[in-house]
Amino acid sequence: MSTATDTMPASRARTDWIGFRTIVLREFSRIIRIWGQTLLPPGVTATLYFIIFGSLIGRRIGMMGGFDYMQYIAPGVIMMSVIQNSYGNVVSSFFGARFGKHIEEILVSPLPNELIVAGYVAGGIVRGLLVGCVVSAVALCFTHLSVSHIGLTAAAVLLTSTVFSLGGFINAVFAKNFDHISWFPTFILTPLTYLGGVFYSITLLPSWAQLVSHGNPILYMVNGFRYGFLGVSDVDVRLSFAIMGGFAVGLYAFAVWLMRKGVGVRE
Amino acid sequence: MQALSIRKLTKTYANGVTALNGIDLDVQQGEFFALLGPNGAGKTTTIGIITSLVNKSGGSVSVFGHDIDRDIGAAKSCIGIVPQEVNFNQFEPVETILVNQAGFYGIPRAVARERAVRCLKQLQLWDKRHATARTLSGGMKRRLMIARALVSEPRLLILDEPTAGVDIENRRSMWEFLRETNERGVTIILTTHYLEEAENLCRHVAIIDKGRIIENDLMSNVLRKLQSETFVLNLRAALRTPPTLPGFVATLVDERTLEIEVSKDRSLNDIFVRLASQGIDVVSMRNKVNRLEEQFMRLVRGAASGDAATAEPDPAATQEAGR
Repeated sequence: MSTATDTMPASRARTDWIGFRTIVLREFSRIIRIWGQTLLPPGVTATLYFIIFGSLIGRRIGMMGGFDYMQYIAPGVIMMSVIQNSYGNVVSSFFGARFGKHIEEILVSPLPNELIVAGYVAGGIVRGLLVGCVVSAVALCFTHLSVSHIGLTAAAVLLTSTVFSLGGFINAVFAKNFDHISWFPTFILTPLTYLGGVFYSITLLPSWAQLVSHGNPILYMVNGFRYGFLGVSDVDVRLSFAIMGGFAVGLYAFAVWLMRKGVGVRE
Repeated sequence: MQALSIRKLTKTYANGVTALNGIDLDVQQGEFFALLGPNGAGKTTTIGIITSLVNKSGGSVSVFGHDIDRDIGAAKSCIGIVPQEVNFNQFEPVETILVNQAGFYGIPRAVARERAVRCLKQLQLWDKRHATARTLSGGMKRRLMIARALVSEPRLLILDEPTAGVDIENRRSMWEFLRETNERGVTIILTTHYLEEAENLCRHVAIIDKGRIIENDLMSNVLRKLQSETFVLNLRAALRTPPTLPGFVATLVDERTLEIEVSKDRSLNDIFVRLASQGIDVVSMRNKVNRLEEQFMRLVRGAASGDAATAEPDPAATQEAGR
């Protein structure tokens, strides 16, 4: 009988890549298998946003930032869906794996902690991007979407999705029951998203509220993405990308450290 | 070569419970090794540390020469684990579970599929390859976990109570499969509460109790250390009082069933001669408990009384009691 060592491909990098890809494929097949829970609801929610805020209320609002209101909110609505779904995918998948103990399948394998985190985060990004495409398609039914800076748009969505996938991972590591995986999205993430300039420009707010809004990291993400689409932003775009990059690096390092320590996954 | 080498391994959990108290253990390559102990003795903690599911507090562990502190990836690539509790995704199809597990070990998908087919056929799960895991019976779930552990073709297979709750027919077919796997060169470490299973399969046994190894020897040596055995004799005619058997401890369980404790230095022939001389006809005879079980209980009771070294009952004292 051949042994694992005999049959292992020569390159450690290759085996690591296969392990990483396996996590991503498993996440992808999970997203597709339960599409009614993963891809459909964001499309329905976005449709309601565009009907209510865009068509019914938006017509009375008129222009914002030099654009039709529906056009102005479209990038924010897309980004909001990406944030919620990237976060939701990783938090539910990783906590589910902990709860059902099948996380042990990965923990006993030779896959390094860095790639376990990266695999789950990539799964979150895949869901974020798929949902982003669904919501963009819905938006196109209501308004015209043009992209001013395609590179910045892609970078903004990827970085934001990474940040919130990592957030979901860290939440799942600390969660002890299913309530714990809904608290942060309900009481922190959703309010910050709604107050992060998805539906309005913060220039409409009184100065004290503008100041407070600058403490909300989601403001920078939404505006970075909006800048990619429309070429307008309430904040300095360089600062937006610096904040997104900083959060992505910091949270990844923290997530890997948690895995190395075995928090939530090893006794 | 040593498949597993453990030195001064300690584990104290966050709640202050010390599960392992500095154990040393060596398992040679190709060995079929039983790790036995009562519930809470430290077996699963030991396995958890070897497979990196539990962080150790101190000591060292090497798997085929790979220290888990310095080269955990190489160590883990040698190990296949069958845990005590079901731990696969119950919503995934059987074949997918195996293919994914191989993927986590870095095995290319095409190879993984071939191996999954082979393992599913070997474990009689081929017909269930498309079934969702949660629809399997308890015995099938156990076999699936063995198949999953083997799909990476490990050099060291660790089974933590693999036959718990499995019916006797399935258990015996699993024994046969494990025996064949070991004959193909895979080192196996088995924990079980079925001591008959350990006695049948394993050449080497270690007994752990309260986080300490209290016995570690060849199975044959451990059984040889058994100072006395209890036999159950079924009698043809009813008895009202136990027969007179000097040197033996005889107890009448019911009027046709006699239990006799026989120390190692006495001959069974003596019993039959004495019974025959009293006109007592024996229809059949069996061991009261499995021999390993008897020795296991003596060792664990000995350890509980504070000194494993004095676990063996004094044969003289036994005979004295018989008189």
